[in-house]
Amino acid sequence: MPLSWEPTCALELLSLRAEMLGRLRSFFASEDVLEVETPLLGQGIGSDPHLDFFTVSHSLVLQDSALFLQTSPEFAMKRLLAAGSGSIFQICKAFRDGEAGRLHNPEFTLLEWYRLDYDLGQLMQETAALLHGLLDAYIPLDATERFSYTDVFRQYTGIDALQFDLQAYCRCAEGYGLPEAAELCGTDHHLWLDFLFSHMVQPFLGRNAICMVYDYPACQAALARLKPEDTRLAERVEVFVNGLELGNGYRELTDAREQRRRFLQDAAARSQLGLPAATVDERFLAALDAGLPDCSGMAIGLDRVLMLIAGCSEIDAVLTFPVARA
Amino acid sequence: MASYSTNEFKGGLKVMLDGDPCSIIENEFVKPGKGQAFNRVKFRNLKTGRVIERTFKSGESVEGADVVELSMLYLYNDGEFWHFMVPDTYEQYSADRNAVGEAGKWLKEQDECTVTLWNDAPLSVAPPNFVELEITETDPGVRGDTSGGGGKPAKLETGAVVRVPLFVQTGEVIRVDTRTGEYVSRVKE
Repeated sequence: MPLSWEPTCALELLSLRAEMLGRLRSFFASEDVLEVETPLLGQGIGSDPHLDFFTVSHSLVLQDSALFLQTSPEFAMKRLLAAGSGSIFQICKAFRDGEAGRLHNPEFTLLEWYRLDYDLGQLMQETAALLHGLLDAYIPLDATERFSYTDVFRQYTGIDALQFDLQAYCRCAEGYGLPEAAELCGTDHHLWLDFLFSHMVQPFLGRNAICMVYDYPACQAALARLKPEDTRLAERVEVFVNGLELGNGYRELTDAREQRRRFLQDAAARSQLGLPAATVDERFLAALDAGLPDCSGMAIGLDRVLMLIAGCSEIDAVLTFPVARA
Repeated sequence: MASYSTNEFKGGLKVMLDGDPCSIIENEFVKPGKGQAFNRVKFRNLKTGRVIERTFKSGESVEGADVVELSMLYLYNDGEFWHFMVPDTYEQYSADRNAVGEAGKWLKEQDECTVTLWNDAPLSVAPPNFVELEITETDPGVRGDTSGGGGKPAKLETGAVVRVPLFVQTGEVIRVDTRTGEYVSRVKE
């Protein structure tokens, strides 16, 4: 059998992608946000236990023995912010091992940007404006929806996301035809939230609209700062359209001590899950020590935006050469 | 039996679920950008035919099921068991009513069927897509009606009952599609 050498996407997707990138660049140019580049190959790597990374062997003479393909440009971009770059954006590839499926390719295109002195509300407003600019010409969108995590969680599941009541969570999953949740999630509140949100909430978010879910439970803070007035919540936002997760944003954590604590927490989780240890990005921590200015940042998966633009239900349909053909 | 991790899951893979052999129909990778990855999997229970959905943590492993599909000749029915033979090896298998199920009413001796074995015992039997069977009983129809509209029931040599056009008579051999249970044509002897 001859090898499939052709792109999996239709040729018109090449122009749709180029057009999308053009619109993005003019959007940020008009806002005076500077385009930057940071390394895809780094000596440190994100510690999130749910992001598997590719380790690259090499023959360079470096202090650390390994190099890692970056799961996101976040740490490097924050080093630029700490160095005084001002608001910046980047369009780059990100790499996540083990992620392949209808909506995932292990190498994908990410838009990431940071705004100095923006709070979460301003970030959400800008994200909606940006997405409208990309999507309006192709799909009609209703008014943007904004829900707090706890509200939308309660609306779809009937339970409280902040109060971990194991029996109520089990009953909820079982009533929805997901009895396997009890064994799969055990007593891990964080995992329960991921499970229930993925199955019972997310598929219904943003019917023909941009839907933003903000103020995540603190156990799902990732790299967001906790809300000063209510530390049970983190200033994190996720963006969905037609049930598809497009992006994730934070009012960024700038506290170096808290960041170290979260790295340690991730490291403990990694070793408990039997995952390879993540080499802590000490240069990133040093930048936080030097001082990261108050800012908010957002990352958007551009291949998925293209799926919406082109009306495709599989990511392979918008990629030139998905991993199986790369 | 080997076990399979969720990232080896694909359509057609046979695995054990709750003690029953199942075939994977669909495997969807579900992962929030920040958070646990899951595989939402659709299975067909090969014993009952029922479709089940189940979510796994990505990376979890499931025991494989020793299930193989073999082409076999149907030999005879002894009243309790249906007997089959693998043509190449002459190896014989007997299947009970549960395994044969609906296929039983189409099986004629020497027909070639697909027998699914689980741990080397018949789990299910699929008849050939088309079978040729003699009509043993049907009302005499009106001569000259070739339209095929309406039709009448006809009992076949295996006991199956199908609707046939009015012009088809007892003693004739007809071709039937076993997937739909529908008459296709008369077969000239």
